[in-house]
Amino acid sequence: MASEITGAQALVNALEDSGVDVMFGIPGGAILPAYDPIFDSKIRHILVRHEQGAGHAATGYAQVTGRVGVCIATSGPGATNLVTPIADAQMDSVPLVAITGQVPSAAIGTDAFQEADIRGITMPITKHNYLITDPAQIPRAIAEAFYIASSGRPGPVLVDIAKDALQKMTSYNYPKKLNLLGYNPQIEPNSEAIRDAASLIAQSSKPIFYIGGGVIKANAAKELLVLAELVGAPVVTTLMARGAFPDSHSQHLGMPGMHGTVAAVTGLQKADLLITLGARFDDRVTGKLSTFAPNAKIIHADIDPAEIGKNRYADVPIIGDLGPIIKALIPAVKVEFAKNKADITSWWKQMNSLRQKYPLGYNEPSDGSLSPQYVIERIGAITGPDGIYVAGVGQHQMWASQFVKYEKPRTWLNSGGLGTMGYAVPAAMGAKVGAPDTPVWAIDGDGCFQMTNQELVTCALNDIPIKVAVINNESLGMVRQWQTLFYKERYSNTDLHSKRIPDFAKLAEAMGCVGLRCESKGDVDKIIKEANAINDAPVVVDFGVHRDAMVWPMVAAGTSNDDILIAKEMAPDWDSQEL
Amino acid sequence: MAQHTLSVLVENSPGVLARVASLFSRRGYNIDSLAVGPTESPEISRITIVLNLEGHALDQVSAQLFKLVNVIGIQEMEDKNSHQRELLMVKVNSAGDNRSKIEAVVGKYRASIVSQASASLTIEAIGSSAEIAALLGELTSFGIKELVQSGLIALENGDATLAERTLQETGLASSSTHSQTEDYQN
Repeated sequence: MASEITGAQALVNALEDSGVDVMFGIPGGAILPAYDPIFDSKIRHILVRHEQGAGHAATGYAQVTGRVGVCIATSGPGATNLVTPIADAQMDSVPLVAITGQVPSAAIGTDAFQEADIRGITMPITKHNYLITDPAQIPRAIAEAFYIASSGRPGPVLVDIAKDALQKMTSYNYPKKLNLLGYNPQIEPNSEAIRDAASLIAQSSKPIFYIGGGVIKANAAKELLVLAELVGAPVVTTLMARGAFPDSHSQHLGMPGMHGTVAAVTGLQKADLLITLGARFDDRVTGKLSTFAPNAKIIHADIDPAEIGKNRYADVPIIGDLGPIIKALIPAVKVEFAKNKADITSWWKQMNSLRQKYPLGYNEPSDGSLSPQYVIERIGAITGPDGIYVAGVGQHQMWASQFVKYEKPRTWLNSGGLGTMGYAVPAAMGAKVGAPDTPVWAIDGDGCFQMTNQELVTCALNDIPIKVAVINNESLGMVRQWQTLFYKERYSNTDLHSKRIPDFAKLAEAMGCVGLRCESKGDVDKIIKEANAINDAPVVVDFGVHRDAMVWPMVAAGTSNDDILIAKEMAPDWDSQEL
Repeated sequence: MAQHTLSVLVENSPGVLARVASLFSRRGYNIDSLAVGPTESPEISRITIVLNLEGHALDQVSAQLFKLVNVIGIQEMEDKNSHQRELLMVKVNSAGDNRSKIEAVVGKYRASIVSQASASLTIEAIGSSAEIAALLGELTSFGIKELVQSGLIALENGDATLAERTLQETGLASSSTHSQTEDYQN
């Protein structure tokens, strides 16, 4: 019989036994007992400046490493500050474990000081959650939390632990076997579904790979490359899948969706078969759902059975992990191709014509001011495909997806589903902790940056030298773009005046970072190289850019993908296209 | 709109009803009735949900429900192969010469009068949704003073049980297949 330890010590032991090497958090009253054994633990604890930062940092760490990210906070406001990053992780299927302290069990339900029902609050935004009031339950809850967060479709799990459960004594046993009656994710695909899919692929004369973030979660990018080259079809990668397939590859048409390339958007619209791997027919990809890919049959492979048929009927659903699925599809497709293979050369002719005629591009501002797209393009080109790029949400995010060229999975991080402004700086911090030898650029907007920049203090104090490009157009740029297009240029509350206040370079200096500023095209390369050369401190570069730049192409919200515009009031010249 | 009855086996753990209710609420599924109770196993509770589906396929609802970690098994209970009952208690105005007429209706539906007072009768009835609705239709003319109705509960006909079926489907029946220990370490 092992000697008794506190629930708090059991928590820390269980975290260690779950393989945790780093966690992000802030102590407070209810979680305080846990922080005493944390003081002696081999787990690196990074003291953040706001719990939201802890959550996004854990997410960034998880997205870069593929491991479970861990954040920890106290009860009440500490826990509620985690709500946004937890919801963010749920939408983007990020494996996250959030530990929160709760008021003592006798006080639960009494509106005690710093009490919030965080289990109830996070029920709809977690994969699963726990409220633990018995110290003996802590090791099992932690073990289950890590298993649930990381297996199947990954997601956030919250473990809320009452203060007295942390203080009481218990014996410690890390469970060797879990007994989750209602949780048993299917990994291996049904072989009949694989054969049906392969048969459809062989018959299709206009196939297209619709690749989602699931391919990255499943670490299946290598297998995807083999399958895609075998089939020879065009490939599109969604916002969550950038890097799952090399941008330099000749079969890659780019990103589909609201700000996707004309070729990618039109490719989905005109295809006769969507080979959907780990994507979920999100409204930002489909546009008006009833008009999406009207002539296409759908192969839909996903580890989450609830995604099948949620938005679009699947002719061939394949449930399982994308690794085994793609591995099984490769020989099955070879077998079908040996029998027959539809000709896709005229399909490629159409696609090639579209991408030649409508490549991604942008106009330089006529007044000589700095183009935001150029800045982002240069950051990507100079830093290269080995760098990690983390965006906030808005115009700069779309440009970072369009104009940085991604060659590898886990090099592009952003808040795709929830669209969380303020994600970039803390997520970049977590990414850098997960990949300390890799340059990490946060590409942020001046609006986003002002939501969470205080985590640069955490970076400066903890030797986490990230780089931040503030794409400063002194506005909430995407909202402003919509006001330009849909609200008669009435710019209600989108002017941030952030070329005047604050002084981002000075703010960076005040937080222990190097602060740089760039306002002319001629200086862009020099300053990016200067920032890349600094590895002993975080760097913030304030790029003052033109405020009227817009993200194109665009499929306006709620409209059909067929109504894609390549510039304001300018549709592609469909008549000259043979589609 | 089509009505469906789902029997859902859940772990008997705190908050499980809230999880189910929250899921239905946030995904916009309409619940007509819901009944929760214990089962043959103390660790497992059973929720019977009657829902009207409009635009949502039943298998989508089931798949979303099954994503809840505490949900162990789900089965649709169809009229033709299950026994479905709800319980009604109703207080009916029995003034004047209503009493004998009410007794006739009660007899017709094999309901029973469980309490008599000077101006009302309290009637208990167990039946299918259609029978209960028909009974209520006839009682309405006398004046219903108070009414309470349980959610519907349902049990599949024959030897098969939901628990057995669930364990077979998820591969948990044989303990050797249940190895969730290998890769959950970070």
